[in-house]
Amino acid sequence: MADADETSKQAERNTNVGDGIAVKKQDIARAKNEGKELTKDEKQRLRKEKKQQKKNKKDDKGESEHENVPLPPSQAVVQCQSQKAPSVAPSLALTPVSVCTSEKPAKSKAEQRAERRARQEADRAAKGKKGESAQQPPSGKSKAPPNELQPVVKRLPEHVQVDDPAAVRKLAKKLERQQIPVRSEYGYKVSLFSHLHQYSRKAPLTQQISIPSTVIHPYIVRLGLQYSQGIVAGSNARSIALLHAFQKVIQDYKTPPNEELSRDLVNKLKPYISYLNQCRPLSASMGNAIKYVKKEISNIPCLCKEEEAKKQLLSCIDNYIKEKITLAATTISAYAIEKISNGDVILVYGCSSLVNHILCDAFDKKRKFSVIVVDSRPRLEGREALRRLVKKGICCTYVLISAVSYILPEVSKVFLGAHALLANGYVMSRVGTSQIALVAKAYNVPVLVCCETYKFCERVQTDSFVSNELGNQYT
Amino acid sequence: VNKSLLVKYFRTQISQDPDVASAAAAIRSLLEFLKRDQSETLLGLRENLTEAIRRLGEADSSVAVSSGGELFLRFITLTSLEHLDFSQSKNLLVERGELFLNKISLSRNKVAKLCHTFIKDGAKILTHSSSRVVLKVLENAAADKKRFSVYVTESQPDSAGKLMAEKLRRLNIPVTVILDAAVGYIMEKVNLVIVGAEGVVESGGIINKIGTYQLAVCSKAHNKPFYVVAESFKFVRLFPLNQQDVPAQFKYKADILKTAEDLDKEHPMIDYTPPSLITLLFTDLGVLTPSAVSDELIKIYL
Repeated sequence: MADADETSKQAERNTNVGDGIAVKKQDIARAKNEGKELTKDEKQRLRKEKKQQKKNKKDDKGESEHENVPLPPSQAVVQCQSQKAPSVAPSLALTPVSVCTSEKPAKSKAEQRAERRARQEADRAAKGKKGESAQQPPSGKSKAPPNELQPVVKRLPEHVQVDDPAAVRKLAKKLERQQIPVRSEYGYKVSLFSHLHQYSRKAPLTQQISIPSTVIHPYIVRLGLQYSQGIVAGSNARSIALLHAFQKVIQDYKTPPNEELSRDLVNKLKPYISYLNQCRPLSASMGNAIKYVKKEISNIPCLCKEEEAKKQLLSCIDNYIKEKITLAATTISAYAIEKISNGDVILVYGCSSLVNHILCDAFDKKRKFSVIVVDSRPRLEGREALRRLVKKGICCTYVLISAVSYILPEVSKVFLGAHALLANGYVMSRVGTSQIALVAKAYNVPVLVCCETYKFCERVQTDSFVSNELGNQYT
Repeated sequence: VNKSLLVKYFRTQISQDPDVASAAAAIRSLLEFLKRDQSETLLGLRENLTEAIRRLGEADSSVAVSSGGELFLRFITLTSLEHLDFSQSKNLLVERGELFLNKISLSRNKVAKLCHTFIKDGAKILTHSSSRVVLKVLENAAADKKRFSVYVTESQPDSAGKLMAEKLRRLNIPVTVILDAAVGYIMEKVNLVIVGAEGVVESGGIINKIGTYQLAVCSKAHNKPFYVVAESFKFVRLFPLNQQDVPAQFKYKADILKTAEDLDKEHPMIDYTPPSLITLLFTDLGVLTPSAVSDELIKIYL
């Protein structure tokens, strides 16, 4: 039903363009709705059409203003009718009113590519200026012409800014280009967190893509579902699962003809990463792992045979997991065990794989200590830590976080895990960790944070509100 | 056999020149040991040296001897020993050792030169127990024609404060000996607190004679500056989290460590002062804040 509406709307909009092109557009739309990956030609044609439309709109500006008014209600109508493909409808509605201008639609391929590159530079520079310009003028007005090549700003992890409409549009355009469904937002938003994504939890993202999907590798689809449902949780676990999934992707990868593995594989990975980001925002450790994998792929020499290259990449990923996660844990626990003396009462919060590893190692080295596990709603991750420690034979106590000031006088040390370590020395971790640290400071109890170096992040954050991940309010 | 000679040499050094830092005496003994060592390979030499340092640590269980010994070993081996001839390498090591010894004998003067300018005319200074570096600082300040008076804590159980008072009287500096318990009482009268250190730890805190921590807490409560004077060879690779975390080998005197049955019943000789209570540290590497100490420490040890 929604598809029919869409195609009819498209037909409406294409009345000012020739019929032949309209037929091609319908082909493309049909191909999209079927979930097939658009071929390169079709993608280019789509881009050409959009440019043509933009040019036409720009020519008769007065009419474009009128165009704006009927579009939003039609957009709203489409959204009300179906939850199924909201991604395709708004993005199509938005493209005629989006901002970048171009002069002549009929250009040579090289010129088009140059233009695209220039637009990308402008986008990147504009993204760098996003923080400064809080209010961006609404659509219809043109931004700095893309021919002005601005110097590329160093890419820091993207800042979430959901109340900035231009940023949201940019994200939607990027996802549409990569053919990833956009996650639907929750109807009623909390104004305190209006700058963060408040996603609806009714249907997981995977319901919006056809399975089997030709755009996203099935292992990545499964991984995304595991992330969004909380089946795979915890910084180390998520990174390792991601790297294993990437290994599968590399194994199944076949270089298309006239393409280089080092460049094409990186481009293949980009939609996967966007998809995973939509399922659940990437952690700092996952970001670093992805950077490493991309670097390794682009460093493959072009004369390398495909089998060799794949083998090399697989072994690189194995080495990364071994060095940065497994061996790092052994080294860290060797240092940490020196700080555990006999008769200690150690407090841990939630379930950190590294802290559990350290405590189990210390117990194996015959240190006599007892553990207090502090837990908090809604995830109650402490129960998993409790299970692992008790299985080992360590003497444990279990409290909820509201009792932390009650048991702290008995505690001699606090061991905390970390999700990321920021550039100014601040620690990002599960919500509740800062509360534990503050109460421990009030009781003069030393707080030790255990963190592998691959979780180091170049961001600087001084509070927890500016950038965060919101949880499910219904569990 | 060589080891007992070493310890004897060490003790004679200390008795001959009571003004020298115990770490300097230890390093001189190690240098002598190096010269007389009979081993044929570098690895054997290194092992002998490590064993010698350990033996010296048993004789004098202060932190400075252990840190000084380790730094000595690192310094002399921080050179390229590409020479095929073993005796040439050994000569090079001995040269480096002499260099190190000269450096550290000058360090106390450097520290005193930096610190005495912080003592203003008419100042009232409080210090703890007997420290040769603090003595040098006050000597330099007096030589600079400054007028100041000093309060020294008695510092039981060995009454080292009384010795310090004697030495200061000989320099014609007005000095008063106070009880350890009177530190809180006297704090409102003094302008600044200067103490020495037996060891400076990675966090920027210090290990010093028992009673220093109390002094630091009182001076913080009264907002008086708390200065520490220490040479750079006292920087040690420890990170105590609290008083209990200081290793037992440093807390008690060497002979008690050997004979005592239950260490918990013994009185500790040192305590740990955390970096939050220290204003500045004067070292031969410069005037440092406690947070800068870890940077300098890494530079020395790597």
